[in-house]
Amino acid sequence: MRQAFDEMSSIDGQVRPAYETLQHWLSSVPQDVLAHRRQEAEYIFRRIGITFAVYGEQNAQERLIPFDIVPRIITKDEWSRLSKGLEQRVKALNHYIRDVYTKREVLRAGVVPEDLVYKNPAFRPEMNGQRVPHDLYVHIAGIDIVRTDPDTFYVLEDNARTPSGVSYMLENREIMLRLFPELFSMHKVAPVENYADDLLATLRSLSPNGGHEPNVAILTPGIYNSAYYEHSFLADKLGVDLVEGRDLFVKDCTVYMRTTEGPKRVDVIYRRLDDDFLDPLAFRPDSVLGVPGLMSAYRAGNVTLTNAVGTGVADDKAVYSYMPEIIRFYLGEEPLLPNVPTWRCREADHLKYVLEHLPDLVVKEVHGSGGYGMLVGPAADKMQIEKFREKLIADPDNFIAQPTLALSTCPTLVEKGIAPRHVDLRPFILSGSDKVRIVPGGLTRVAMKEGSLVVNSSQGGGTKDTWVLDA
Amino acid sequence: MLSRTADNLYWLSRYVERADCLARILDVSQRLAYTPVTYGGSTNEWGSAVLTAGCADMFTERYGPLDDAKEEDVVSFLAFAPENPASIRNCFEVARTNARSVRTALTSEMWDVINSAWIELRNFPNRSLTRDELSRFLAFVKETSLRFDGATFRTMLRNDGYWFARSGAQLERSDNTARILDVKYHVLLPEKEHVGGPLDYFQWASILRSVSALTAFHWVYRDSVKPWLVADLLILNRQMPRSLAACYDSLARNLDDIASAYGRQGPSQRLARSMLARLSNRSIEDIFQAGLHEFISEFISDNNKLGAAITEQYLT
Repeated sequence: MRQAFDEMSSIDGQVRPAYETLQHWLSSVPQDVLAHRRQEAEYIFRRIGITFAVYGEQNAQERLIPFDIVPRIITKDEWSRLSKGLEQRVKALNHYIRDVYTKREVLRAGVVPEDLVYKNPAFRPEMNGQRVPHDLYVHIAGIDIVRTDPDTFYVLEDNARTPSGVSYMLENREIMLRLFPELFSMHKVAPVENYADDLLATLRSLSPNGGHEPNVAILTPGIYNSAYYEHSFLADKLGVDLVEGRDLFVKDCTVYMRTTEGPKRVDVIYRRLDDDFLDPLAFRPDSVLGVPGLMSAYRAGNVTLTNAVGTGVADDKAVYSYMPEIIRFYLGEEPLLPNVPTWRCREADHLKYVLEHLPDLVVKEVHGSGGYGMLVGPAADKMQIEKFREKLIADPDNFIAQPTLALSTCPTLVEKGIAPRHVDLRPFILSGSDKVRIVPGGLTRVAMKEGSLVVNSSQGGGTKDTWVLDA
Repeated sequence: MLSRTADNLYWLSRYVERADCLARILDVSQRLAYTPVTYGGSTNEWGSAVLTAGCADMFTERYGPLDDAKEEDVVSFLAFAPENPASIRNCFEVARTNARSVRTALTSEMWDVINSAWIELRNFPNRSLTRDELSRFLAFVKETSLRFDGATFRTMLRNDGYWFARSGAQLERSDNTARILDVKYHVLLPEKEHVGGPLDYFQWASILRSVSALTAFHWVYRDSVKPWLVADLLILNRQMPRSLAACYDSLARNLDDIASAYGRQGPSQRLARSMLARLSNRSIEDIFQAGLHEFISEFISDNNKLGAAITEQYLT
């Protein structure tokens, strides 16, 4: 693999202009001061209780995500390109999902193979022909971006179900402001704290009932969910109720919550619960997290669910590979942000190529997430590759492959001092009935292990504050 | 507010209060157990601690009769035992679980108290503690409840959430005071009186200590410790924040605040007011006349009924 592009020092070691002040500052502050501040940050995170859970790990019920104190910087121009591309992408996703559940022009035109819809486990027949309020499906999207050189940002993944991580974006900034106020006096950093206001405005704009002040609630699976901290954090910032399934009930196709003053109608539910668990009467009958009858209220148009039911049909890795065509089909525009070149193992010639080049490729499960179930060819030994080959041959439809990208690196504080580590970026895109809102920046995830490309928090990835410079 | 949120706030406060009470009981038992028998120390002080904590059945099942209860067993059972749902450790565990579920209804200061106590708790070993360690542990528990009450008082909005939290604390507190009286009522009875005898003095003082009222007693009565005055202080005296009357004063007020915010009175308001009336218009002599034990038993049962009424009216 060729040497990665470093966001601070480029490839030739020349510090890029946006990083000059930061670089200067870093080299003037003693290492032990940095280490000390990092400890302080960790202490604060622990005290506030910003933790997440890793499923399947005993005794690790609550863990901290490592926080790196060196910020990642994006220039105003870079951001302006990114945000246009993100808005375009989410628009196309919304068109695509509406089409899939209504007219299916995209299938008739042969742009996307029918299999990818009908055989998709995330496809919800219950949504066929169903209109949703304001014709919007993906109200809150997280689009994962990677960078390989000064000019190239790729979309790595679309998250159109219940993307998480935004609380880290906000808390990271708070911590940085607290620990390094001097840095903010040296840089013009675009604020992110208005995200909560933007989210609330977006959710309110989606209410199915005009006329009265909409009652918005956030639906959480409960305190044992890995992202529970984020759910409660958002409810707090938005000033809305954080409800569990048992707090809600449906009567006459209307959703109510149980309050100390009796039932109160709910108009918009920002649900952080997967489709499967939403309503035991419609989906998994064994779900105790959901609300019986919720789908009937949804179908009757009396409540908005964000994101809509069935959006998963648009964000797996097989559909991903068609996104450029999907953008062209609905918007008549060229994609502003390119896809990573992707081989679909479901196609014979692609599969052949992938099998021949396994040691050079990253192979992912179509429906996988969290960095699980994937093969990173260059990092794998012969045994692992051969084992994966068998899996791939047994079920090629289930996999896609991509070249091993030299993800950009960013200076990161590690044991031995400051060293480059690979990063990605997840901006959050809010689509309301009035407009699209994107706060500048997003969540930068960083692979804390040297050379590692896996940034997922479940596998030891950390996070950084992300700065979009305003000048 | 969400019924579940109110329920969590109410129980969160109850559990913190209960942990505090357990710590006091252990404190006093320790003190009495180390007092020579001729000065009122008793051999089965540890058994009566279990009785006061209200978990006698579970204890005897595990460790045998209360009369033979050993310090080591009682301390570990009341303070740490994971199998005792009302151990101090479990109170803190449940309090934190409740706090996590209602993060949005707590101020960050309140959360901080609960979360740091929970983190700190892990620094105390599960094995039996030395006397020194135990004292430090009990001080930590009492400190936590003080900080929690302080954070609640200083930072929480004065709305239904606050009133539910305070109602939970007061209900638990009156239950604890009543149970202390229930276990020790016999030493307060007039027929057992040997005024000035060292034995009873230490028993009475220990009752006062278990509710942190020994100093307060002298300020209020300017008299030596006498059993009917101890009973008066803990039952009827509104200056004493742990007395049944003071708890109901505040319970009735909190419940009325809820009712006026919601524009509706209900069974829990009526019940609280009638209990308060019962504690208001009578003297300690009346209570002795009618039977101290009967009075306390009835109070404990009515107090539970009020808890059930609050749950029924608001929390489900």
